[in-house]
Amino acid sequence: MATIIVVTSGKGGVGKTTTSAAVSMGLAQAGHKTVVIDFDIGLRNLDIIMNCERRVVFDFVNVIQGDASLNQALIKDKRCDKLFILPASQTRDKDALTKDGVQQVLNQLKQDFEFIICDSPAGIEHGAQMALYFADKAIVVTNPEVSSVRDSDRILGILQSKSYRAENNMPPVDEHLLITRFDPARVIKGEMLSIADIEDILAVKLLGVIPESQAVLNASNNGTPVILDEKSDAGQAYQDTVARLLGDDRPHRFTEAQKKGFLQRVFGG
Amino acid sequence: MSIFELFSRNKEERSANVAKERLQVIVAHERRARNAPSYLPAMQNEILAVIRKYVEIDNDQLQVDLNDDGNCSVLEVNVNLPK
Ligand SMILES: Nc1ncnc2c1ncn2[C@@H]1O[C@H](COP(=O)(O)OP(=O)(O)OP(=O)(O)O)[C@@H](O)[C@H]1O
Ligand SMILES: [Mg+2]
Repeated sequence: MATIIVVTSGKGGVGKTTTSAAVSMGLAQAGHKTVVIDFDIGLRNLDIIMNCERRVVFDFVNVIQGDASLNQALIKDKRCDKLFILPASQTRDKDALTKDGVQQVLNQLKQDFEFIICDSPAGIEHGAQMALYFADKAIVVTNPEVSSVRDSDRILGILQSKSYRAENNMPPVDEHLLITRFDPARVIKGEMLSIADIEDILAVKLLGVIPESQAVLNASNNGTPVILDEKSDAGQAYQDTVARLLGDDRPHRFTEAQKKGFLQRVFGG
Repeated sequence: MSIFELFSRNKEERSANVAKERLQVIVAHERRARNAPSYLPAMQNEILAVIRKYVEIDNDQLQVDLNDDGNCSVLEVNVNLPK
């Protein structure tokens, strides 16, 4: 039975594509045949993060409109043979996605894959609604910041009322909170919302905490999902996140600030 | 916290606390609005217009909420009049 997971947020630039790339690679590395779909029609990014931009011939919209077969459009990852990418169209607009079209593609993918990861565009409009509509699980990516938390709450409202599961009185979409760009030192200083604050407001179970990390930028420069940078804090935090998705019970790491030396504490820095 | 920060702290409330309080209010309000009937914003606007015939008030001095407590709904209208 295939599981459809949407990576969503409402607010833009919070780390959805970074997360989609990391989680899909992690699931594939754990031996699960996984496909990651870029729903950001017109603004595709996932192909860059996955380092397959020059291999894109056909895209998601071509498949929906019958101009290409799914097999022609799917790109096999060079690092992991269990991972496939379905790129977004660069030239169309989001209205090219229809419920029927998306459903047909997903149904076909379900025959072949264990996990289908949907990388949502920002916003709460059509594109984002198409990305989440058929989801079984949702990873709600949230930054510790007022507007991001607020938008996450709105996306949760949409998952609970406008998803396929909601409209057909099925068990609700399984919601998971992923806090990204977290900086524990700033929480201690009282400058940033804490994990407990965010959990308290959103009331969704916490899947993981990804620290603010230089490794993410390095990874995107190189076109490698950050989860492959096994020495980095963000890479390890994503490893834990994937393990939890697969049912492992792991403690959260990188949530406390590094202990400072005495001089640092007195004089700051 | 360093000794330099000690002096500047506490005068102003830590911004993370402010953020949390604002979020609690925003989120509670939006959750109610989400489940509210679609006529509510228009009704709120008309109530505002009626009040403004008599006193000048700001948008945020009027609060209209529909609360559902089981077997009946309560329409709560709160108006803060300026002194
Ligand atoms: N944990 C992190 N630490 C540091 N930088 C990060 C982290 N996560 C994401 N970023 C950076 O934030 C930016 C936005 O990330 P990303 O593209 O994944 O967000 P997005 O939610 O997909 O954006 P959009 O809404 O535009 O699709 C990128 O420059 C990325 O490198
Ligand atoms: Mg993105």
